[in-house]
Amino acid sequence: MTKNILLVGVGGQGTILASKILTLGLQKANYDVKMSEIHGMSQRGGSVTSHIRYSEDKVYSPVIELGQADIIVAFEKMEALRYLDYLRKGGKVFVNDFEIPGIPITSGQVEYPEGILDELRRFADTTVIEAEKEAEKIGSPKVMNMILLGTIIGSMELTHIDWDAILTENVKPQFIELNKAAIRRGIELAK
Amino acid sequence: MSKQQLMTGNEAVARGVYEAGVRFAAAYPGTPSTEILENIATHKEISAQWSPNEKVALEAAYGASLGGARSFASMKHVGLNVAADPFFTIAYTGGNAGLVVVTADEPGQHSSQNEQDNRNYARHAKVPMLEPSDSAECKAMTKFAFEMSEKYETPVLIRLTTRVCHSKSLVELEPRQEREIVPYVKNASKYVCVPANARIRRAEVEKRLDLLKKYSSNCEWNYIEDNGKDVGVIASGMAFNYAKEVFGNDVNYLKIGFSFPLPSELTEKFLEGLKKVYVIEENDEFIEDAVKALGFKDICYGKFTPDGKRFFPAFGELTSDVVRKVVTGKEATPPAYDRSKVIGRPPALCAGCPHRGFFYELGKRKDFVVSGDIGCYTLGFASPYNAMDFNCCMGASISGANGMQKVLNMVEGNKRRVVGVLGDSTFFHSGMTSLLDVVYNKGNCITVILDNRITGMTGHQQNPGTGFTAQGEPTEMVDIEGIVKALGIKNIRVIDPNDLKLVRETFDWAASLDEPSVIITRYPCVLKKMSVYDKNEWPDVYSTKCEVNADKCIGCKACLKSGCPAISIKDKKAVIDKTMCVGCTVCKQICPKSAIN
Repeated sequence: MTKNILLVGVGGQGTILASKILTLGLQKANYDVKMSEIHGMSQRGGSVTSHIRYSEDKVYSPVIELGQADIIVAFEKMEALRYLDYLRKGGKVFVNDFEIPGIPITSGQVEYPEGILDELRRFADTTVIEAEKEAEKIGSPKVMNMILLGTIIGSMELTHIDWDAILTENVKPQFIELNKAAIRRGIELAK
Repeated sequence: MSKQQLMTGNEAVARGVYEAGVRFAAAYPGTPSTEILENIATHKEISAQWSPNEKVALEAAYGASLGGARSFASMKHVGLNVAADPFFTIAYTGGNAGLVVVTADEPGQHSSQNEQDNRNYARHAKVPMLEPSDSAECKAMTKFAFEMSEKYETPVLIRLTTRVCHSKSLVELEPRQEREIVPYVKNASKYVCVPANARIRRAEVEKRLDLLKKYSSNCEWNYIEDNGKDVGVIASGMAFNYAKEVFGNDVNYLKIGFSFPLPSELTEKFLEGLKKVYVIEENDEFIEDAVKALGFKDICYGKFTPDGKRFFPAFGELTSDVVRKVVTGKEATPPAYDRSKVIGRPPALCAGCPHRGFFYELGKRKDFVVSGDIGCYTLGFASPYNAMDFNCCMGASISGANGMQKVLNMVEGNKRRVVGVLGDSTFFHSGMTSLLDVVYNKGNCITVILDNRITGMTGHQQNPGTGFTAQGEPTEMVDIEGIVKALGIKNIRVIDPNDLKLVRETFDWAASLDEPSVIITRYPCVLKKMSVYDKNEWPDVYSTKCEVNADKCIGCKACLKSGCPAISIKDKKAVIDKTMCVGCTVCKQICPKSAIN
């Protein structure tokens, strides 16, 4: 069975590093892995998605179909709602309680919508993660992305993979311990 | 020892180029192709270069191939329009060592001004073409393309699409096979394309096509997967993966990787006995037309049904959802959540972008018609600037402005001035010839070159103005002002675009002239990794922050007209996000109450 993971967020939030670490781990566990990223026209501030699909058999398409994601992990809460059409029936949403207003909001044309978390809960099995707060507890707001990666690892039962080794190979030495702790915390939060 | 690695299609093509022993590669950056040359440039064994444009890149690769090294050029789909001229004639001669060209098409137009199916170029130029479906095929087909190029004395086109370029899958790494330089031997009757020679080559091209047609049916990249069914699917590129997701083993497949010339014999063999065949391909009905021409129209469902009704969509990205919906009528029921709670995130100029102040002022000039170009600065069209009237392709800003100005000048009492706006890299790409047209043909439009010291939009590639090559070597830093002067422009001003008063005065100056003028705004891109030259010229660049004095702020929202993503309104006062602000001071200059420090 092919598993489908969708990471969504805003440019600059570290979704790309998180999905890179995730795919390397899945590869190490001998899954066939495909990943597809689409980022908008601008360098920063646009909506960013990473589709990750893996299976013990061959995976063909790198793109998740609507209604097929086993899990959506949203680094920004409005993004969770934007891509909810991808979630399968019974799928899970892990959403970072974090707001990044886009230009229509900062320019005063519209307000940042209220009640997003409630709306998510109405339609999906939703776990709210306060990743910023958790990251600060660990020691750096920059590891928000690794906490959210940890929720995927916990939720998709991928804890048997040696994530510490993958971090060691792919993260700057001074950040390895911080990132390890962040992933561990994410796994706990997914329980 | 073999090693597997997760790679994007672009990385895999670059790896194939490396393993194939290529010694020369050239490209011009363009989404979704940019990372191919970026990855090639990391290999010291290959001379890799950013050329000023795609035509130059292909011509340089052609020359390198004649010189005797395996050579390579890559570009986005519209880049092949620019390089079409050499492409069609190189098709006659072929190279000396292998010559391979990549076109990266954009079904769905993620980051392009149009959508075009460049497989048509293969047929049009009579050049063989390959269409990989994943990264492993990207690498293997690239190596294969060089073999085929040498065996059949032809350039080979590889057609990628955005999803192939930017998706990752597993690739087996192999060592590089070094290749000796093939000695160059003069052969004017082959390589000098005067009519007498080219007519002979033209006949050779037909002979070559006949051979390639036969080869296409026997080539490893075109194969049948027989699942014993009476329904078939013919698919190429990424569409093959989508077909596999939708049909699984319920159909027979003809997988086409070598898609021009199409494998006619193999296709006939595949189709015999089938009750129905789906042709699944992105963009044009390229394979479908060939299937129908073979006499199988009555069972063929592609872009059209046998009775001519629309079947698969004519444009856009396919994806397995789209294929599934068309074939089975089934689609996922979207949850009925409140969609008004999702606000768009339109692309915006970055906080501190040196184009911001310029477009803020340009948008206020109601006497200017703005002819835009291709780059980050195309965003000047959007709110709150609304400072662009039209754009089409690289370099067209100046030539379009010239033509329009000439006609507006025919209207009695005309006061409107046409302003062509383009970036430094775009000016080098094809703006220089356009500016020559203005001077030579006595135009008087205004040209603005937004020189942000880098190729910004595609993610910071070096260009002739930056002082560095694609492989990071210091090189001649080409002086834009010197070029403009040499082209014959007498009225030139170089300004700091973050000085709004100066921008306004410069517009007034340009508008007051009856002659053509060029304004160069010189300031480095806020995201650029500053070079030694930049640090020298702008020692304190982007090192300060602006702050709102809440006591003075009257909440008039004038600063929001800068379109800066760092500014928002909270409790009826402007607030500047400190993590984003880099102190460009554009908002400070706009504020009527001096409330920003």
